[in-house]
Amino acid sequence: MQLYLPIAEVSVNIFLLLGIGGLVGVLSGMFGVGGGFLITPLLFFVGIPPAVAVATSANQIVASSVSGLMAHLRRRTVDMRMGLILLAGGLVGSACGVAIFARLKELGQVDLLVSLCYVVFLGIVGGLMFFESLRALRRSRGATGPARPRRQRNWVHVWPLKMRFRTSGLYISVIPPILSGLVVGILSAIMGVGGGFIMVPAMIYLLGMPTKVVVGTSLFQIIFVTAFTTLLHAVTNHTVDMLLAVVLLIGGVIGAQLGTRIGLMMRAEQLRILLAALVLLVCGKLAWDLLAPPADLYSIGEDG
Amino acid sequence: MLRRLALLPALLLALVLPGAAPAQEDVVLGLSQNRIAITANFDGSELLIFGAVKRETAIPETPLDVIVTLAGPSEPVTIHRKSRRLGIWVNTSSVEVDRAPSFYAVATSGPLDEVLTQTEDLRHAVSIPRAVRSVGATIEGAQSYTEALIRLRERTGAYQMLENEVQVDQQTLFRTNVVLPANLTEGAYSARIFLTREGRVLSRFDTVIDVRKVGLERWLYVLAQEQALAYGLLSLVIAIAAGWGASTAFRLLRG
Repeated sequence: MQLYLPIAEVSVNIFLLLGIGGLVGVLSGMFGVGGGFLITPLLFFVGIPPAVAVATSANQIVASSVSGLMAHLRRRTVDMRMGLILLAGGLVGSACGVAIFARLKELGQVDLLVSLCYVVFLGIVGGLMFFESLRALRRSRGATGPARPRRQRNWVHVWPLKMRFRTSGLYISVIPPILSGLVVGILSAIMGVGGGFIMVPAMIYLLGMPTKVVVGTSLFQIIFVTAFTTLLHAVTNHTVDMLLAVVLLIGGVIGAQLGTRIGLMMRAEQLRILLAALVLLVCGKLAWDLLAPPADLYSIGEDG
Repeated sequence: MLRRLALLPALLLALVLPGAAPAQEDVVLGLSQNRIAITANFDGSELLIFGAVKRETAIPETPLDVIVTLAGPSEPVTIHRKSRRLGIWVNTSSVEVDRAPSFYAVATSGPLDEVLTQTEDLRHAVSIPRAVRSVGATIEGAQSYTEALIRLRERTGAYQMLENEVQVDQQTLFRTNVVLPANLTEGAYSARIFLTREGRVLSRFDTVIDVRKVGLERWLYVLAQEQALAYGLLSLVIAIAAGWGASTAFRLLRG
């Protein structure tokens, strides 16, 4: 069954869209990532114009994140205080990011910048997570070994403006969370994603938050950043396709519920290694597109 | 007085000419649909263009050919060209075509170079390269870019060259089918029908087919363009409601 999308102005198989939405929803629920880094390329692949794909996936991420967050809220695995502080940094960062994006658009080569950003960040984040979780997995295989010291004290513990985050069991300075929110905000505006795949590792490795809390808190933060992005795109570019978003989110919200359940059944290390593998896969694909000779040297630009 | 005298030969000539001119042949056109509605389940459309040749005189000896063109609304297009820089493929140069039709199809009753001469093609901009060039006249030294545009659009079915696809019966009735792709742009599509003999255009008929979104499609499109903020907020409300609804529904299902 074909569905004609009013803003994208293309006709796409409705089940294909539901499938994409569902797949991304499962990932969103499992890992606490918005799935933007996956849904946007998938939409390109089925023929949605890039500008519409970016804006609409932001809208769809809002829905699947709300759905995922509800499940986490009931389980009390959301650190509200931390979420709000990350968000404060995130909104400022996202505004900065939009400004940077506009500036680079004037200079041309935004596409290249976006691709390079994806390759670099997905590569670093994916690689770090992959090796770290491999190590963790091997260590836990060793079974009865002495429990490792819970967390080392590092610079996040010595900076001023300390605050207690009860849900995360942390007593750290608010400056690192605000800074990481800021950086993620900038990157997410440039790359057109929620930023979960950067935020999650930042929370685990930089702030030392427990993995269970990280997913819910990341979803909380993502909702607001992507809602902001959606509005910005709707007002400035008119590229949010509501019909496309609705179909994607029907698949997405169902997928997110399944994903949350799957996530609870798996061990944290396994969860992380899977996410790392996925991130590396997308990174590899994007890098290949940059390095391999294109099928056609010419391409038709979007707006002109 | 003198002037009136001078006018006389011209008047006489005008009276004589219609009889002396080649047999007047006109198109009487029919369309399977003269407006195309894009609904939510729109999946391309087939347009049947048919008609008859009206004439007062006997059918001339030389065979009649028919060319049908259908052009979508024109829009500016940028064509990028990639080349290798530091090991990666980058868009290094681009050419802007001011206006290129979003859709263009040419159907003919014979090979195009036989049914239409070069000069007539130039005058009426019938073939795909001419049609693209005529509206985007500002390109300089960018032949390969235009060729690339045509190649890319032919691959997606946006530009179609349909030689020998017009059936002509008894030099009088003609019909052809144009398949419109699913990713149709809204707007006025202009159809042109040319009657030719020995490559020269005898008569030309122009008409417009309206392609419009209707119902929900139309409403969403207009809202997105004119009430962007309301549209954006509505999108968000739907998204949040859907996420919340699904979460609640799942919880209730599990009991």
